[in-house]
Amino acid sequence: MELSPDSTIFWQWGPIKLNATIAFTWVVMAVLVVGSWLITRRLSSDGKLSRRQNLLETLVTFMNDQIRSTSRQEPGRFLPFVGTLFLFIAFSNCLEIFPGFEPPTGSLSTTAALAICVFIAVPFFGVLQKGVFGYLKHYIKPSVFMMPFEVIGEFSRTLALAVRLYGNIMSGTIIVGILLSIAPLFFPIIMQALGLLIGFIQAYIFAVLAMVYIASATSVQKGQEAESEKEVKGGS
Amino acid sequence: MDNIGLIGMISIIVAGGTMAVGSIGPALGEARAVSQALSAIAQQPDASGTISRTLFVGLAMIESMAIYCFVVALILVFANPFWKYVIEHP
Repeated sequence: MELSPDSTIFWQWGPIKLNATIAFTWVVMAVLVVGSWLITRRLSSDGKLSRRQNLLETLVTFMNDQIRSTSRQEPGRFLPFVGTLFLFIAFSNCLEIFPGFEPPTGSLSTTAALAICVFIAVPFFGVLQKGVFGYLKHYIKPSVFMMPFEVIGEFSRTLALAVRLYGNIMSGTIIVGILLSIAPLFFPIIMQALGLLIGFIQAYIFAVLAMVYIASATSVQKGQEAESEKEVKGGS
Repeated sequence: MDNIGLIGMISIIVAGGTMAVGSIGPALGEARAVSQALSAIAQQPDASGTISRTLFVGLAMIESMAIYCFVVALILVFANPFWKYVIEHP
């Protein structure tokens, strides 16, 4: 039994391999890019909206609302990054119902890449908002002895992000595979429906956690904002 | 017993033990979270949307503990590095 789509190799030329993860990542990218290009080609701002434009506007509004309620900041700067994470993960999980498609998020290399993106984005947004010293100051915030724990925390939460997404999606695929060999008639469908729900929730959680981490690096640490920030961090 | 048999036996026993022990904690945690959320919804039906959304996120985060154990168990059974080493270096 294969644990990840990395081991399915479609094409190989010397050391360069084209495995299933890369190929299906390209499929998801193509679906997202071509889909949004087709829809945003003819946007109308007056009168009747087309159904597809309505769909996209609903999505963007949903993501804006979630970012605003998670970070208590204006979502404009974070929407491209967090929204892309959410859409990519959600689409690659939901396309799982097509036969022959293996979700690229079921491979540890994809999820590790996404988690490293978050790992880099946190200091990026932090420095952008507060400057280099302002950002570095939060490492020695309560006292300088807490610095090792802060650094360990940055690495361990990156690892947790990657393994959480990988484990959830991979376990869904494996369970369906095992059920296909035990009870092939009806039960795999139930588990796949459950897998769709889990995939969507995991995409939401990945995006929300990325937003919480970024928000904790960019928040202004005084007055009401800091209070609400602590609330958000404790709540998730 | 030779090395291969020993490694296979220990891997399977430890994989079962990992799942058994590793699912106790998340089970207790999820039960507690769901019961608290249910009583909260019963007290404040208006806030059920927010509560259930937060509940889903929290459940998935608790469940990821069990998922870590599941990943370790699967690696032990299907992709055991020691097993591969013994097979390659007889």
